[in-house]
Amino acid sequence: MSRHHVRIGFIPLVDAAVLVAARELDFAAAEGVELELCRETSWSNVRDKVAFGLFEGAHMLAPMPIAMRLGLGSVAHEAVAPFVLNVNGNAISVSRELAGIMGALRAPENGPKSGSAALQALEVMAAGLRELHRKRGAPLTFGVPFPFSCHAYELRHCLAHAGLQTGREVEIVVVPPPLMVDALRAGKLDGFCVGEPWNSVAVDAELAEIVLPTARVWQFGAEKVLGLRQEWAESNQETLFALLRALHKAALWADRAENHVTLSEILAREPYLDLPAEIIERSLNGHLTLAPDGRQGLFEDFLVLQRKAATFPWRSYALWIYAQMVRAGQVEHSPARLAAVRAAFRPDLYREALGPAGVDLPGASEKVEGALAVETPVASSGGKMFLGPDAFFDGTVFDPNDLEDYLAGAAPTGRGRLAT
Amino acid sequence: MGWVRVSNSLSTMKIAVVDPQSDRADVIEEGLRDAGYRDIHHISEMSGLLERLSELAPDVILIDLENPNRDVLEQMFEVSRLVSRPIAMFVDDSDMSMIEAAVEAGVGAYVVDGMKKERIKNILATAITRFNTFSRLQSELQATKAALAERKVIDRAKGILMKAKGLSEEEAYALMRKTAMSQSKKLSEIAQSIVTAAELLS
Repeated sequence: MSRHHVRIGFIPLVDAAVLVAARELDFAAAEGVELELCRETSWSNVRDKVAFGLFEGAHMLAPMPIAMRLGLGSVAHEAVAPFVLNVNGNAISVSRELAGIMGALRAPENGPKSGSAALQALEVMAAGLRELHRKRGAPLTFGVPFPFSCHAYELRHCLAHAGLQTGREVEIVVVPPPLMVDALRAGKLDGFCVGEPWNSVAVDAELAEIVLPTARVWQFGAEKVLGLRQEWAESNQETLFALLRALHKAALWADRAENHVTLSEILAREPYLDLPAEIIERSLNGHLTLAPDGRQGLFEDFLVLQRKAATFPWRSYALWIYAQMVRAGQVEHSPARLAAVRAAFRPDLYREALGPAGVDLPGASEKVEGALAVETPVASSGGKMFLGPDAFFDGTVFDPNDLEDYLAGAAPTGRGRLAT
Repeated sequence: MGWVRVSNSLSTMKIAVVDPQSDRADVIEEGLRDAGYRDIHHISEMSGLLERLSELAPDVILIDLENPNRDVLEQMFEVSRLVSRPIAMFVDDSDMSMIEAAVEAGVGAYVVDGMKKERIKNILATAITRFNTFSRLQSELQATKAALAERKVIDRAKGILMKAKGLSEEEAYALMRKTAMSQSKKLSEIAQSIVTAAELLS
């Protein structure tokens, strides 16, 4: 079998797991793909190196291929995402100071009495934010890893729901994940929304408490995707399909609980995260240490690598992300932009690559997001597909066919610093 | 009339070099000065980067691609479209070869939107050359250091052999070479094991 050399960039995060497993457990080699994983230091580098051909593709924030096609933050480049590398996996954490104020508000006599766990957690966080903002007389600062990230959109969605305005009560700033802990220590941040292991690292450093995994904000949202240059994907289909088969097998392996010890040991190594395996294992199992006092939390679907069709690039994910870009004021809605967004996620390539390999494929390529309160069977080629729950904490439903209605009804989520 | 105006525009062009490595920043700054630019600012402190840059309001920002704070700049990028002095990355499909060279050299450039491309090309070209020069210097320096360290170990091992076995310098060296060849190891590896053994036995 001929060997195909593929260079894929990644940022050292737990959710690079499927790519790492594909290489280290030889799922890629078995498909004839020589997978070279190149560690990167910034999402901007990842974008540019894919755009200019130094990498064939990369571990990308799900909004990145969309931002690339829309020319946000750079000149427009045709990027495609034919595979989702993980669903969920981020969390919102707050500083000890803010956590202390929230702790008092959470006391039984003061705390919220009704609503879901997520709504209650958010209510307490919002009250704590207001209290600290009142005390300080200046906006609080929250960090996210990149302007075009689900971290930013989910945090903005939460703040808007709580009636908190970015630019007034809260500023959202970009901080590279490995520097989040330092920024917290230096008192530059009051909280952040970031992927693992950085929430856990901050808790272990006794600098933060985890208040809300994003799996509780949206129970099933795409987080990272395999992003590729469209030109490469189209002219190297044989290699692309072999790579997707390898990633599918790696995802099946990596999602199984009995493999999480091995997986965390591999991710802990120097070329990948270079951090203790125990910290990495927490997010794989969804069993987190929430606070420096050792308080524990077990979260269902904290990080999903394969089950419930997690790797399928639903177009509705891309459309939801686009809607959040519009809400955040990053882009104005237009039919031409909508067409560009629809071309960013490529369920057709996923089907073509994995259908012949016998993978169970869903009947549709987009769905109403947030409609499933419980795990539900859906039509699929193999007849064994279950999806959900995928609810948003506030009960929002996102129907990709009613994008205009959604945008008309959804509150703007404000803009970042320097914008006012 | 040409050159006076060009040199004027060069000297008024404000360039920020964002680089925590000050020796590299020096190399870049020197290159830019040689090319006629005068208003160059080196930012080595990464905390408060945005504040510093908004205060400085440079026309061009050069940043090392290995710097994770590039993403912080990107945010400025996003929000700055809404303020008076927008900043955009110097990327354009007509300059693909230059951009590829920049990415390979490891330098990123951001410019004030609306600035003429021709005015930037020269800066970027200078930065690329200087980045490449610096990496070459770095690797040469490392190679020199490694060679020096090897020489030292070989000299020490030679001394140990001369003392322990009553050999001349040439004989000690020849013995190590012969051993290295018969074990297909590097001379420096044999020397290192002699030094280690001597340390253990002393």
